[in-house]
Amino acid sequence: MSQPKLSFQPKLSFQNVSRRFGEGDKSFLALDRLNLDIADGEFVTVVGPSGCGKSTAMNIAAGLMDVSDGKVLVDGRPVSGPGPERGVIFQQYALFPWLTVRQNVEFGLRIKGLPASERRRISDHFIGLVGLRDFADALPKTLSGGMKQRCAIARAYAVDPTMLLMDEPFGALDALTRVHMQDQLLDTWSRERRTVFFITHDVDEAVYLANRVIVMAARPGRLHKIIPVNLPAERNEDVRLSKEFTEIRNQVWHSVYHQKPQVEA
Amino acid sequence: MSAASSTVAASTGTLLSRVGPHLPGLALNALAFLVGLAIWWAITAAKLVVLPGPQEVFVRAIELAANGQLALDIFSSLKRVLTGFLLGAALAIPVGFLMGWYKIARALIEPYVQFFRMIPPLAVIPLAIVTMGIDEAPKIFVIFLASFLSCVVATYQGVISVDRTLINAARVLGASDRVIFPRVVIPASTPFILVGVRIGLGSAWATVVAAELIAAQSGLGFRMQQAQLYYDLPTIFVSLITIGVLGLLMDRLLQATERRLTSWQERAQ
Repeated sequence: MSQPKLSFQPKLSFQNVSRRFGEGDKSFLALDRLNLDIADGEFVTVVGPSGCGKSTAMNIAAGLMDVSDGKVLVDGRPVSGPGPERGVIFQQYALFPWLTVRQNVEFGLRIKGLPASERRRISDHFIGLVGLRDFADALPKTLSGGMKQRCAIARAYAVDPTMLLMDEPFGALDALTRVHMQDQLLDTWSRERRTVFFITHDVDEAVYLANRVIVMAARPGRLHKIIPVNLPAERNEDVRLSKEFTEIRNQVWHSVYHQKPQVEA
Repeated sequence: MSAASSTVAASTGTLLSRVGPHLPGLALNALAFLVGLAIWWAITAAKLVVLPGPQEVFVRAIELAANGQLALDIFSSLKRVLTGFLLGAALAIPVGFLMGWYKIARALIEPYVQFFRMIPPLAVIPLAIVTMGIDEAPKIFVIFLASFLSCVVATYQGVISVDRTLINAARVLGASDRVIFPRVVIPASTPFILVGVRIGLGSAWATVVAAELIAAQSGLGFRMQQAQLYYDLPTIFVSLITIGVLGLLMDRLLQATERRLTSWQERAQ
């Protein structure tokens, strides 16, 4: 896969974004002057040690957190608060436990004020897409972790976002389920293409899913390195076990785990 | 006798471990009840203490039920408890939501709630009599206060402990605060509110007897007060048992409602 050229307007653009928490002596810089452009339809993964500001960056892009400095643009427009064009998927699923799978998926559609028949059509489509048709009327408490996360993905897709922001969505799943979910996500992504900003702490996952891997560094949280993933567009087990995959994986591993310590700015 | 009961216990033990989970909990409850009754009977029959035995209390209960006094007392007490409790909960839930949702409301109201919580409702009785007379008003007021204070704290704790992630999830799906409040905050805090309501009912019930010491003409607490003057121990027992049974029934009723309303919750197995 060739590296997407950024000659067009980027879908998501961080411009000199800084975020400081706390005040005075006790404050710390969670994110230091992040500059990053993500192209439309691109799948980027973000890895880095804890405290590298990856979740901070995502929350800012989602509109759930303010910047201390700099700006974030989505389609060239500055972000102010959450918006329906940006879907967010949380590590802890964040399903509404009192609603069924279908009611969860239709939550955003109700807010949009769509009529019941239209909501039904859309929820049917996305519940089918994530393979939960038989569980449409089940409550979240009866679902496994993987099924809950698939429901959360369907819920995010249903409001038709052009971008997905995912914060370690598979972090709480066991290794086998995680591999399955990765393949399913790529499958969904290839059929319903969206820009994806995917945070993970799993180097294999980062390389397997991405067009580009963004490696971040901690204290202060900042961009460390961008590693392009020149692997075949169609990702499968062969790719996962290939020599090329291992090479990129090692490269990412090295830049995550052997970062030179830097003095606090 | 103790040797006999220990053999019974031992044989029941082996029986239970063999029958295991097939024996319903209800049977064990009944067994515990019968054992308790037997101990009560044994102690009073042996004249170890100067208390009425189960037969005496049972006979008195029949008498009081037959002449309608028991029903009247139950009705009077229940009316007070429910009036005070419903008023208390009806005010506590909106105030609790207000405190949980708006920081300003919390800062304004919380000191008062915390302060009044430290005053036992019973300590308010003298003041209530002086200011409200000896009518129904002071009794209902004290019960109202007791249930309001325990219910308001639970509601407000419920609102502030709503998972931030759920609120964020609603926001990124396009929900405004006006949507988030009814669609997320209220359902998510329902379990806490129901616990608060249960605690509130418990404290209302606990307060009624004391409230009825204020020159009441009827009520289970009043009846005990009267019986005390005449050294009528069986009547005191009947009243006490009635208070316990009714409290238990109300609590079970609320618990069943709670289970229905919060059946979506993941419960630890």
